Amino acid sequence: MFQGLDLGILRGQVTAIMGPSGTGKTTLLRLITGQLQAGAGQVLVEGRDVSRLDRRELYAMRRRMGMLFQNGALLTDLDVFENVAFPLREHARLPERLVRTIVLTKLQAVGLRGAARLRPQELSGGMARRVALARAIVMDPELLLYDEPFAGLDPISMGVVLRLIRSLNDALGISSVVVTHDVNEISQIADESYILSGGRVVASGTPSELREHPSPIVHQFMDGLADGPVSFHYPAPDYRQQLLDRTEVA
Amino acid sequence: MIALAQELLGSLARFLERLGGLSRFTLSVLRQCPAALLRPRLVVEQIYNAGALSLVIIMTCGLFVGMVLGLQGHDLLQRFGSEESLGMGAALSLLKELGPVVTALLFAGRAGTALASELGLMRATDQISAMEIMAVDPMRRVVVPRFLGGVIAMPLLTAVFITVALFGVQLVGVQLLGVDQGQFWSQMRGAVELDDVREGLLKGLAFGVACSLIAVYEGYNAEPTAEGVGRATTRTVVISAVVTLVLDYILTAIML
Repeated sequence: MFQGLDLGILRGQVTAIMGPSGTGKTTLLRLITGQLQAGAGQVLVEGRDVSRLDRRELYAMRRRMGMLFQNGALLTDLDVFENVAFPLREHARLPERLVRTIVLTKLQAVGLRGAARLRPQELSGGMARRVALARAIVMDPELLLYDEPFAGLDPISMGVVLRLIRSLNDALGISSVVVTHDVNEISQIADESYILSGGRVVASGTPSELREHPSPIVHQFMDGLADGPVSFHYPAPDYRQQLLDRTEVA
Repeated sequence: MIALAQELLGSLARFLERLGGLSRFTLSVLRQCPAALLRPRLVVEQIYNAGALSLVIIMTCGLFVGMVLGLQGHDLLQRFGSEESLGMGAALSLLKELGPVVTALLFAGRAGTALASELGLMRATDQISAMEIMAVDPMRRVVVPRFLGGVIAMPLLTAVFITVALFGVQLVGVQLLGVDQGQFWSQMRGAVELDDVREGLLKGLAFGVACSLIAVYEGYNAEPTAEGVGRATTRTVVISAVVTLVLDYILTAIML
């Protein structure tokens, strides 16, 4: 999937990873978290090769990470409060009063303290995403990974999530990696952006540097153009010929 | 001919691969059982889900199986003039065969499918992946408590099924067809030994291990799509039914 891919995530920054569908952005996140292992090359987190960690070391590393899944991935048999409390209950033997305080603080940060006793089924997409964000930061991670955090959100929810990513990054002093298609939105908060295509980085820099980039792929992606090096159509036989072909049924 | 041989070899390879996967999975589940028992709340929750929530179907089916057994048994025994042996015959057949086997088939259809579809949906909606990212082992947190819940619930459900079925036999045999009540119970008490009860409950336990393991394996390894979850659920019922009947033959041959 990747060929000669080389990118770095700087501490304390919001790094955006963009690119056309199917370029492996989510795969890259899975490589960082160790859910997938690279066939070749290295993925280093704080200088340690993720693929060389044993299970115990991998889990220790993941405790210092948080990840926001595209659909939230909330545990459907637990309510909002218990979802956020889940990592605390699994990893830390804290008094119930302290767990309550931490969970309410995180829910307040994402504006959903009042929804603590709702079930995941009762939440809108945007709310579910914010609960998942509260859960991702409950263990005070050093690295937060976001997989398509804006997909399917209305403009209000999108604005809220966008501001949350930036404010949490700055307030908690963490590093954030955001995989997204939403160029305009992420450009407002990203310190550094990478555009992937064909399994490699085709451009990197600040959002304004990317807009001035000479590469036609970058130009096509940043401006959302149908025509360009990245074809809109999946490879297919000649359109006219296929329509006229009476022997082909389906 | 070569194509057929290749297809057969391919099927054999896939079967062996699945068998290997199931063996690794089983070892992993068994290894984590002691740790899971240290968090009894999770296991108790699953005993409730697999056991208490199956009670209605188990009791209803038990009652009707018992009533049918009463009718058929009475008809058969009447031909030899020994209707009074109805209690004994029904109790032995329920304890040794019908009770554990029918309970296992019902368990696979109710609790087994619920387990498989729940785990499959958790996989499809990234809940399993989310746990892994949170450094929580889904085997220990999700799979093993469900397995243990099923294993503990099955013998209990078997006991309930047999008890209710015996009530059904008595209802039809004694109350409806007029078999002498004293003879019915005394012959049963005279013939049934503790070993028969133990055999029934042991079979229940063995079927519980098999059905729960198949359900959690199929659910946990389901393809993360709606179709994949559906297939896993169907496979759970089919494989559980076949394994229950094969296992029943093996256990009967050993215990006789």
